[in-house]
Amino acid sequence: MSSGIIEGLKERLTISEDTRIMFKRLLRNPTAAAGLFIVVMMAFIAIAAPLIAPYDPNKVDTKNRLQPPSREHIFGTDQLGRDLFSRVIYGSRISLTIAMLAVAITALIGVPIGLVSGYYGGKVDEVLMRITDMFMAFPRLVLALAFAAALGPSLYNTIIAISLAYWTIYARLVRGIALQTKNEAFIEAAIAAGASTPRIIFKHVFPMVTAPLLVQATLDFGATILLAAGLGFLGLGAQPPTPEWGVMVSEGRQFLVTGEWWISFFPGLFILLTALGFNLLGDSLRDITDVRARR
Amino acid sequence: MNMAAYVLRRLVLMVIVLLGVITITFVVARIVPADPVSALLGPNAPEDLIRKVRAEWGLDKPLGQQYVDYISGLLRGDLGKSIKTNRPVIEDLKQFFPATIELATFSLLIAIAIGIPIGIVSAIKKDTWIDHVSRVMALIGVSTPVFWLGIVLLFIFYYWLGILPGPGQLDPGIERPPTVTGMILLDSLIAGNFEAFKNALYHLILPSFVLGYFSSAYIMRITRASLLEVLDKEYIRTAKAKGLKDRIILYRHALRNAMIPTVTVIGITYGSLLEGAVLTETIFAWPGLGRYSTSAFLAMDLNAVMGSVLLIALVYSLANLIVDIAYAYLDPRIRVAYTGE
Repeated sequence: MSSGIIEGLKERLTISEDTRIMFKRLLRNPTAAAGLFIVVMMAFIAIAAPLIAPYDPNKVDTKNRLQPPSREHIFGTDQLGRDLFSRVIYGSRISLTIAMLAVAITALIGVPIGLVSGYYGGKVDEVLMRITDMFMAFPRLVLALAFAAALGPSLYNTIIAISLAYWTIYARLVRGIALQTKNEAFIEAAIAAGASTPRIIFKHVFPMVTAPLLVQATLDFGATILLAAGLGFLGLGAQPPTPEWGVMVSEGRQFLVTGEWWISFFPGLFILLTALGFNLLGDSLRDITDVRARR
Repeated sequence: MNMAAYVLRRLVLMVIVLLGVITITFVVARIVPADPVSALLGPNAPEDLIRKVRAEWGLDKPLGQQYVDYISGLLRGDLGKSIKTNRPVIEDLKQFFPATIELATFSLLIAIAIGIPIGIVSAIKKDTWIDHVSRVMALIGVSTPVFWLGIVLLFIFYYWLGILPGPGQLDPGIERPPTVTGMILLDSLIAGNFEAFKNALYHLILPSFVLGYFSSAYIMRITRASLLEVLDKEYIRTAKAKGLKDRIILYRHALRNAMIPTVTVIGITYGSLLEGAVLTETIFAWPGLGRYSTSAFLAMDLNAVMGSVLLIALVYSLANLIVDIAYAYLDPRIRVAYTGE
């Protein structure tokens, strides 16, 4: 019995060893480092927005409307004369908040479902997985659109809509790992030692899930930022005058004909950059953690 | 374990899932805070008018009755009437769906044309600068907001350079060929109208590139990964040891096997193109399902929302089912895993 517990401990220690190696590899990998740099930079911009932005993002100045990029307004001004650079800077707060909350809620729904489904198996698994299938029968953007429209378009409902559309990924991912893990020797040892099922699930199965979960969450940060911007762009997400990037791209659309390209261009560029940062990081993390890809 | 049993089981499961899909759609559309009637009539509409409209749509009946009515309508092919177009939703879907198929098919061709060759080159030149550049290009592809890329390309090629046409399917002066299939390229060929064909083709370039570039990233990554896996196999080493030329090994032995996962990803991509179509069609004023459903969402046009969402879910599930069946046919291990035999 005690040897089983030692086995279990060893298993857990190997994970932390893996995590250390992972970070080492991460910093040596140029794409991962680039991704990490972008992500940290965006987080900094979001936190320090009031210090970076030269103007109030919502200050209307109709005398200076539709000004092209200049020294006073490096990204130009929009149809109401608001400073686009300040709006883009403040927009990072909105996108990152949406992404953080949506990914957190998604994981909170998906991870327990996956753990229970994978660990218990049988009927419970069958029912939970069929429900998952039903949600997965829709493309995610369409599902999020439907929820956003039904709840009424707003910033908070964007977060809820995205979470409802995304949790299935986590449920599937976690279920697969829980299924594999439950037959491991250290789980049998814990059962023999008399550990309760919830304890086994959270103390022994859950730690096995953390590394793949981290990779998935990082990639989903990018996907969520794109999705939230898409909802904002279509008018089903954040509403004007919120400086949300998708909303701003949509506002600039009508001015393309007259050549005022900058209103749509800069917010979109920041969506791209931020999503790229998370995708570079997530993709590299996957390579680093996936043994098969190490060849 | 035979193939027929596998397909049957998957079909039964799909019917169950689709029933669930209908239920989810119904619940989302009915138990929502947003009220479609007041959205249509405005906040100051008189009470009796609101009641009249609710009765007209059957929204005054108990929820269970509404659900039964909806399902029995579905079975008769009746999806209700759209408030916005004032036509049966099924007619609207028939009209708008072909344009989306046309766009999705072209985008897929572009995605394949970009994804497979680059994937192959990246695998052969693994860990060289070509491989790194194509990886970053693929990641940029999945990180680019589709709607923004559409706007930027429209600005460059239409407003600024003027070498490609703007939004829409045809230039204003060109007469639309009579509708046979609903797909403008096919219809113009059937009518023998080559001017319309050429024009429609030009109009397809930008939207299908925007949509295709996004999907090419997945195709590229999976082609690279599966080719790398195959190139590591015994029989490839044997072929090399035999002194076969690299080119022959690649074409005769490696590619054929490496393409199996790629084909399945292509199937999944076709389903997810519907998703991208929602955004792309809005920007390019493309009269397809994506644009139809978006305007239905914005107007809270409930029957249209439910109809288009159901159609999208059906196509998406079918694409996934076909992929799974193809995969099970190609790889017997999956059949066994699925049925537990």
